[in-house]
Amino acid sequence: MSEHTMWKLDIDEAQIGWLHFDVPDSSANTLSQQALVELDQIMDVVSNSNLHGLIICSDKKKDFIVGADIGEFTQVTNTEEAEAFIQSAHITFKKIENLSVPTVAMIHGHCLGGGLELALACDYRIIDESAKLGFPEVFLGIFPGFGGSVRSIELVGVSAAMTMMLSGRTFVAKQAKRMGLADVMVPFRHLHHAAVHTIEHAAKIRAKKTSFSEKLMRSFVGRKLVASILRKKTKKLANPKHYPAPFALIDLWEELGGNREKMFAGEVKAVAKLILLPEAQNLVRLFFLQERLKSLGKGEPCTLNHIHVIGAGMMGGDIASWCVLQGLKVTLQDQSAEVVAAAVKRAAVLFDKKLYTPRARQEAMDRLIPDLRGDGVQQADIVLEAIIENLEIKQGLYQSIEPKMKAGAILATNTSGIPIDALAEKLAQPQRLVGIHFFNPVAKMKLVEIVAGKTTDDATLHIANAFVTRIRRLPLPVKSSPGFLVNRILMPYLMEAIQMVEEGIKPEAVDQAALDFGMPMGPITLADRVGLDICLAVANDLSEISSDKVPTYLSQWVQEGRLGLKSGEGFYRYKQGRALKSKNIHDLKYHKDVPNRLILRIANEATRCLREEIVADEDLLDAGMVFGTGFAPFRGGVMKYIATEGKEKISEKLEYLEQEYGARFKKDDGWS
Amino acid sequence: MNKRQVYVVDGARSPFLKARGKRGVFSASDLAVHAGRSLLIRQPFSASDLDEVIMGCVMPEPDEVNIARIIALRLGCGDYVPAWTVQRNCASGMQAIDAARLKIMSGESDLVLAGGTEAMSRAPLQLRPEMVDWLAAWWRARSLGGKLSLLKKMKLGFLAPVITLLKGLSDPIVGLSMGQTAENLAHRFHITRTEMDSFAVASHQKVEAAVEKKWLDEIVPIISNTGQIYANDDGVRGDSTVEKLGTLRSVFDKIYGLVTAGNSAQVTDGAAMLLLASDDAVKKYKLPVLGTIDDVQWSALAPEQMGLGPAYAIPPLLKRNQLGIDDIDAWEINEAFATQVQANLLALNDDDFCKQALGLDAALGNIAEDKLNREGGAIAIGHPVGASGARIVLHLLESMKRNQEKQGVAAICIGGGQGGAVLLSGGKS
Repeated sequence: MSEHTMWKLDIDEAQIGWLHFDVPDSSANTLSQQALVELDQIMDVVSNSNLHGLIICSDKKKDFIVGADIGEFTQVTNTEEAEAFIQSAHITFKKIENLSVPTVAMIHGHCLGGGLELALACDYRIIDESAKLGFPEVFLGIFPGFGGSVRSIELVGVSAAMTMMLSGRTFVAKQAKRMGLADVMVPFRHLHHAAVHTIEHAAKIRAKKTSFSEKLMRSFVGRKLVASILRKKTKKLANPKHYPAPFALIDLWEELGGNREKMFAGEVKAVAKLILLPEAQNLVRLFFLQERLKSLGKGEPCTLNHIHVIGAGMMGGDIASWCVLQGLKVTLQDQSAEVVAAAVKRAAVLFDKKLYTPRARQEAMDRLIPDLRGDGVQQADIVLEAIIENLEIKQGLYQSIEPKMKAGAILATNTSGIPIDALAEKLAQPQRLVGIHFFNPVAKMKLVEIVAGKTTDDATLHIANAFVTRIRRLPLPVKSSPGFLVNRILMPYLMEAIQMVEEGIKPEAVDQAALDFGMPMGPITLADRVGLDICLAVANDLSEISSDKVPTYLSQWVQEGRLGLKSGEGFYRYKQGRALKSKNIHDLKYHKDVPNRLILRIANEATRCLREEIVADEDLLDAGMVFGTGFAPFRGGVMKYIATEGKEKISEKLEYLEQEYGARFKKDDGWS
Repeated sequence: MNKRQVYVVDGARSPFLKARGKRGVFSASDLAVHAGRSLLIRQPFSASDLDEVIMGCVMPEPDEVNIARIIALRLGCGDYVPAWTVQRNCASGMQAIDAARLKIMSGESDLVLAGGTEAMSRAPLQLRPEMVDWLAAWWRARSLGGKLSLLKKMKLGFLAPVITLLKGLSDPIVGLSMGQTAENLAHRFHITRTEMDSFAVASHQKVEAAVEKKWLDEIVPIISNTGQIYANDDGVRGDSTVEKLGTLRSVFDKIYGLVTAGNSAQVTDGAAMLLLASDDAVKKYKLPVLGTIDDVQWSALAPEQMGLGPAYAIPPLLKRNQLGIDDIDAWEINEAFATQVQANLLALNDDDFCKQALGLDAALGNIAEDKLNREGGAIAIGHPVGASGARIVLHLLESMKRNQEKQGVAAICIGGGQGGAVLLSGGKS
């Protein structure tokens, strides 16, 4: 018997086995291949011992098991390997399921993915109030493949299980208990007692009662009906061509949901296939890119308790409430009490959604402090301004607040267009100025550009990175130049789309082309959403590095007040926040050049940015575009897309487009 | 006991919001937290540096037991700052300040957050005692017969709620409402309805003028979760006239009484918070000083005449500090009722009263009108019972600072028959 490094079996006086999981040199438990091999061996030992029951628990302080070892996903090279790996997990989990004595998964903290599948193989799941359960596999381009799809549907019913697996959402303890995912939920102080108590009072055979309606849904006809409903719902959120995993899950259940063993086998094959698809591989790569960005915020710990935000508009107000949601104290300043009040109102709505108890919501609102006089500057660890994009006004603000800032505090700007060096000009301590550029909406867009000026020092950058990581966003260091990275690459794409509309192509068609490519939103819709005045302002900021001319009709619209969503009309008309688009399918048809015109402008600009070293490498550029704009994640990002298509091929396309449509498609020098 | 100087460093209060039937938007702890956090962010120390928090509050809600502790935790003082709540009826806010003063004087504390808060609009409605007993019996009864017989004993009158606010504003020992004690004073000192109404109008006008001149800077605007801004005391009626007030009906003694809602303090929600510090704390954190609290006097008198509380508390306070009325530059006497303030002024200026009731040789003197409640009072601003005692101390110090004055007295009458008075000195940093 080999040495077990991750699992440890203790047997107590009551002959209950305690199987502790503790992956060495890691703060969290993941189910790697090695972990599963060891588990398999231990289960053989357990089956031959005379135990009264088995409790599987984690020795990690914070979490149970956060999932499988994602790094191993990229190491499988063919279907046989993938199937073998998945199948062995199935066998091991079956051993847990078939154990003749009661088995309990004793869960605290996160129990996700493969960890939840392991828990489902046990007879009982005992959780504490901090527990969070979920199946995030769909975000990696697969679905639960260790028997989880079968067992979750059996346990909580197809509706709840499908919601879990298709959405990838995490469910808190109370929700898990209500769903039936967990049998018992207790405060942490009773977790042990509850686990032991469950074993001592467990019925030998646990009757699984299925309701009549559930039985109907699982019938042949029922499955066909439910599957088509699920497909329709899922299509609204994901294109099956781009995200095959959720649809593969629905297909699997529709076909084999009536036969347990067949569905297990089908699961193995389906997930093995999905893992090898470029979509999954790209999503896994993005996962690791996220981890890379998160690591930028590590290192020397900084005290970050209090942020002072100046400018309570859409961005400032939402940055403030996001920071509060992540546990920080925020003083929020604006010249207008009404603007602050609107931000407070939006914050209350956010906290209502994201926090589950009245006390949690009250506690958050207490930490969001309206501060019309700017008293918070003197105590803040970071002063972040998100005021009007005007150099003189910003400089004036800095001059008034800089003397009040405490030693060690940094001054951050959310500017999207003004060069950091210009802003630093009149500062006494310019080394503490840094750009921290958020994207809209703050709660959804994970990317934050970190912009260093010539004078920004390392200590300031470190605090900026630590801050962004602290609030669970992804810091991306970019060079200070017009548009930084994301807006700069996005602008030519938006300009091309606007140009197309001027040529007479229907906006709906332009948007459809982008959606078909895999963008989350069409460029015309994006322009309307952001605001045509903002687009105009950004275009002006970029005018010194771009040859795109803003079409006169756009300037005219902005002058007339036709600004997009916020004014009720832009390219589209808006009613109650929704765009009134043509439903006529002919209006959605587009010439075959349209997608290339849009996407290759992105590709070209991205190449130019790399050449100008706006960002350090291709991976970071991809992370920026995916997490800052939602660029087709399943394609892995702009540079990955180029690599997949082939640099030569894209090069040729650009040459063709230059010939047909103009010099703006001229290949940047970076292509060679 | 090592007597040490007690400094008032800074203070802030919430806008005072009139109770208008519905439960107010903010609870008592909400109001204190809103005012307190704005006060704390402008200090060079953090909430966890406080030695303790002391709050006055007369009618906290059931989930606000020891409201000072709840406020302290919500303000981010952390687990290790003790907190306690005091109650001396209408002077609870002043009592909190006195308690802080004594802790600092003794050397036990150096930096204390003290104040008062009240949400009178949220004073609970209770079940009658008969209803409570009936329910207890109902829950105990197990058999159907038992329950049925209880149903027979139930009377519809049992359902009428007890309005605890009214109970709180009445004296159970002498069987009078606060307003009726004011009627007693009107009778004793021959104060007319017109005089009361004029006083009330003046109070409103003084507040309105102060708001315009931005002389009520101690108010911090607060914002509700629905994005509603409350920036000013919302009961102020600058358009009040003696004629309009003259049309109001007497509310405590029906038909024949003189005291109306218009010449009484309003029922209000509000909080006032002050930071008190010792010499050591002022030096350690380099704190600016608004003033000092030099002395506090508590006196008691007949509950039927409770409004005269200031008249009983002011003389001993002045005597102990070798001061005469003319030595005092500015006065605050809480305006529970117009007639009550006027009665105090008349009493202190009356030889007979001062000799017989206070044992003095002669009348104490006249408190000049232009030195008293210069920026208005509770008739216009409102009287959240737990907070007023703290509000008038804070406001007087701010007012004295603006006028560069040296000596001030803030006094308050107390339901149940007491009076409190605080001697303040204006500060230099």
